[in-house]
Amino acid sequence: MTQAPLLNISGLHKQFDLDQGFLETVKFKGGKITREARSVHAVNNVDLSINRGEALCVVGESGCGKSTVARLVAGLLQPTTGEISYDGTRIDTLPARDMMPYRRKMQMIFQNPYASLNPRMTIAQTLEEPVRYHNPSLDRAEVHDKVASVMRAVGVDPSWGVRYPHEFSGGQRQRIAIARALTVDPEFIIADEPISALDVSIQAQVLNLMLEAKEERGLTYMFITHDLSVVEHFGTKVAVLYLGSVCELADTRTLFDNPKHPYTRALLSAVPQLKDDRPNHIRLRGEIPTPINLPAGCPFQSRCPSANSRCSAEKPRPMIQSDGSTVACHAVEEDRLT
Amino acid sequence: MSLLSVRDLVVKFAMRNNTVTALNKISFDLARGERIGIVGESGAGKSITGFSILNLLSKPGYIDSGSITFDGEDITQMTDPQLRDIRGNRIAMIFQDPMVTLNPVLTIGQQMVETLQAHRRLSKSDAEQIAIAKLREVYIPAPEERLAQYPHELSGGMRQRIIIAIALLLDPQLIIADEPTTALDVTIQADIMELLLELCQSNKVSLILITHDLGVVSQMTERTLVVYAGRIIEAGPTREIINDPQHPYSQGLINALPQQTPRGEKLKQIPGAMPALSAVPDGCAFNPRCSFATDTCRKTVPEVTRIDHLEVACHEVRRHHETEEVAE
Amino acid sequence: MNSLSDPHMEPSRLSKAWNSNMAYSFRKNPVAVVSLIIFAVIFFMTLFAPLIAPFDPYDPRSFDIMLSEIPPAWSDGGEAQFIFGTDDQGRDLWSAILYGTRISIFIGLAAVALQAVLGITMGLIAGYVGGRVDSILMRVADIQLSFSTLMVAIIFLAITQAVFGSETFNQYAIYMLVAVIGIAEWPQYARTVRATVLAEKKKEYVDAARVMGFGPLRIMVRHILPNSVSPIFVISTVQVANAIISEASLSFLGLGMPVSQPSLGSLISSGFDYIFSGSWWITTIPGVVLVVLVLVINLLGDWLRDVLNPKLYKG
Repeated sequence: MTQAPLLNISGLHKQFDLDQGFLETVKFKGGKITREARSVHAVNNVDLSINRGEALCVVGESGCGKSTVARLVAGLLQPTTGEISYDGTRIDTLPARDMMPYRRKMQMIFQNPYASLNPRMTIAQTLEEPVRYHNPSLDRAEVHDKVASVMRAVGVDPSWGVRYPHEFSGGQRQRIAIARALTVDPEFIIADEPISALDVSIQAQVLNLMLEAKEERGLTYMFITHDLSVVEHFGTKVAVLYLGSVCELADTRTLFDNPKHPYTRALLSAVPQLKDDRPNHIRLRGEIPTPINLPAGCPFQSRCPSANSRCSAEKPRPMIQSDGSTVACHAVEEDRLT
Repeated sequence: MSLLSVRDLVVKFAMRNNTVTALNKISFDLARGERIGIVGESGAGKSITGFSILNLLSKPGYIDSGSITFDGEDITQMTDPQLRDIRGNRIAMIFQDPMVTLNPVLTIGQQMVETLQAHRRLSKSDAEQIAIAKLREVYIPAPEERLAQYPHELSGGMRQRIIIAIALLLDPQLIIADEPTTALDVTIQADIMELLLELCQSNKVSLILITHDLGVVSQMTERTLVVYAGRIIEAGPTREIINDPQHPYSQGLINALPQQTPRGEKLKQIPGAMPALSAVPDGCAFNPRCSFATDTCRKTVPEVTRIDHLEVACHEVRRHHETEEVAE
Repeated sequence: MNSLSDPHMEPSRLSKAWNSNMAYSFRKNPVAVVSLIIFAVIFFMTLFAPLIAPFDPYDPRSFDIMLSEIPPAWSDGGEAQFIFGTDDQGRDLWSAILYGTRISIFIGLAAVALQAVLGITMGLIAGYVGGRVDSILMRVADIQLSFSTLMVAIIFLAITQAVFGSETFNQYAIYMLVAVIGIAEWPQYARTVRATVLAEKKKEYVDAARVMGFGPLRIMVRHILPNSVSPIFVISTVQVANAIISEASLSFLGLGMPVSQPSLGSLISSGFDYIFSGSWWITTIPGVVLVVLVLVINLLGDWLRDVLNPKLYKG
């Protein structure tokens, strides 16, 4: 791969402080008053890169930090440490004014179509505002044409522009939210669980729409989801996240044909299948620990069937495997897995 | 005799200007120990079916006609004390959000003992013994200690296990589970489902599983009802519905799943969206989205036809079936 | 924006408004309907007071001391030209009440407008910016709220009255009252607005606006504020009623409107001395008007709160 990645994330780390201010950090423990600041380590040392035209799926369960990664990339949150570069320029430290051209190029689609549209603005207002804001030179008719063409492209009748979001169904709202992102002609779209709030028959519609937009406009996607069955269709690359760390990063085909990390394997086997009657899914012990004051070693050790003493002492580093995938697991490295 | 028999159930909601029919002539039977799934999109009426069985519909909603016979008695005709005796005791319900179901200011033990004492004459220590036994049944580690804990001290998966334990407390004959794992993660969902299946089988409890997830239905149930816009449009053995659905909607629903499409291909989608219950079209409710729709479909509501093991409400499937029979 | 002025949209908007949940619940609520009718009648009568009132209560030449303390027209000794009788100076009470209510309503609305402008600005900034700015603004609001409105107003008005003398004070009394009542109560708005902004800020449409690169001012004013209007409406009704009462109390204490330009409070106050000499109407009739006015505003506020309460509304 000679081409430079469109988006590059390196050493990304985000922690949220739970105890803010001096008073909250004062705790009474074991008969003594001590100071202790707890923090949630939502994202720990994540490295990812996305090339033009790719669709990277970030997969994981709740609390794994996948939405935080999306929000960091979109500039809604500031990373604690680490770098995010877009097309060669570091964007996480840019002041708002210099960020403007990148705002046009990077757009986001949100999970909940019931909350992501301003309820007091008509659809036309919602869609026209960004066009006007980013293209002050356009006159009213040009803005109108631009919005109408985007609305047609996502399958929403432009004459519905005078209506308010509450008059639409969830699927239509998500189409409108996609239209809003497309109005500024972005090249990169971050989609944070865009279909998980929708009904099954609508999910396929929205997913197809996003794939069409990708082909027609040459979009690059970062797709956040918990649903592995969607990933198989949408992604060219998959990153599996667990407790804020990347466990496995691979091409979609490689990951589904030959999952390596024990967590990836468990996740794949947990997806309810239609056809086979008796799935022998890998049962994981326990539950996902909270990302407050993480233990040393592998984040997955408490649930891993093949954890040993090394796993609890040393955090596994991502290693590139023979088939091009990157796996962070001692057991894989030592070839202990069957 | 079947445990539960629902006949021509019609549930309506009295709205401001009109009355909306939420369930339209729903009929089904449930045998003792049988597990059925009710599948549909949000707003199709699947949750309302669950609520009606316990006569739990709240205000604008009411049972307009039809009967719900549970163990030989009609639930729609019962008085409040009779209903209370059935709820929780002989029919238990598991809801989607475990945090809402558990009372946050009472300990797990208090809630379990209260449930037991409401229906049985038991001393507190006896009730606690039963509670501990049930917690053990749902694989909760150190059940004695859990009794003193509050719901917020437990994780989501643990709470849902406790809710299942509470549901099983009075050895019900039927459990109605309304989207029991939608709020949980995939790996935990798989666990809870396996547990629920195991408990139903070992205790010979019937299960009505209300869900939108066809994958879950296919693993959990013996029979499936597909609900669309307040009607059952297809019913039959789960295997048959999954492998060879007859109704165009069930076909579309199954084909739209990403698993059903080979990698890299476009997903098969059903156009449009389910109508709001206040604006159900004439004839077959699915006709505007159906690629086989004819004038008959736009005018008359299809009758339920039995085709082999399946019951299907579709004009086209019926016509096709009849011509095949003539041909034979 | 421009689509609002779209001509073919107007009728659908009107019919939408008529069919909306709010209009429907209003039609179904007789208390709200009656309250609105009473309020509208009072409001328009006072608005057109110069046309309705038979006398000009501000013109001392129209008073006749010989005609003072005439009881209302319906009681013994009443005269037909003075419907509600006259006060101690021989002023027609009906005219005085019309003009007085006008002043009371004006002060109420103007003071609340001032409160709203101050409070909404502070609340939006505190809620949206957060952090230290939020802490400082809210502590200021807390301190302000820990003084009672009346206490602040009394001290302030008494001092200005002493400094400028009654003559100048009386001239600007109406603006003083607006300013004092307006400034003393802004924290009510600031707190309410801040709370709704905090809730709205978490919603994804605000994130969407941020991803679009919109500036904080645009997000606050165009996106968050329109979604925070329901609670603002609700407290506004209560605050108007409160402001009218505050004004009446201050005037009753002699710190508000002068007797030459009486508001409802000053009328009640001026008649109070005569209540034991049998001239009950000078105090009672303005008192009843004040109670009715405040009551209907509060009843409207109650209805509004029930309709706009999202918990009851969405069910």
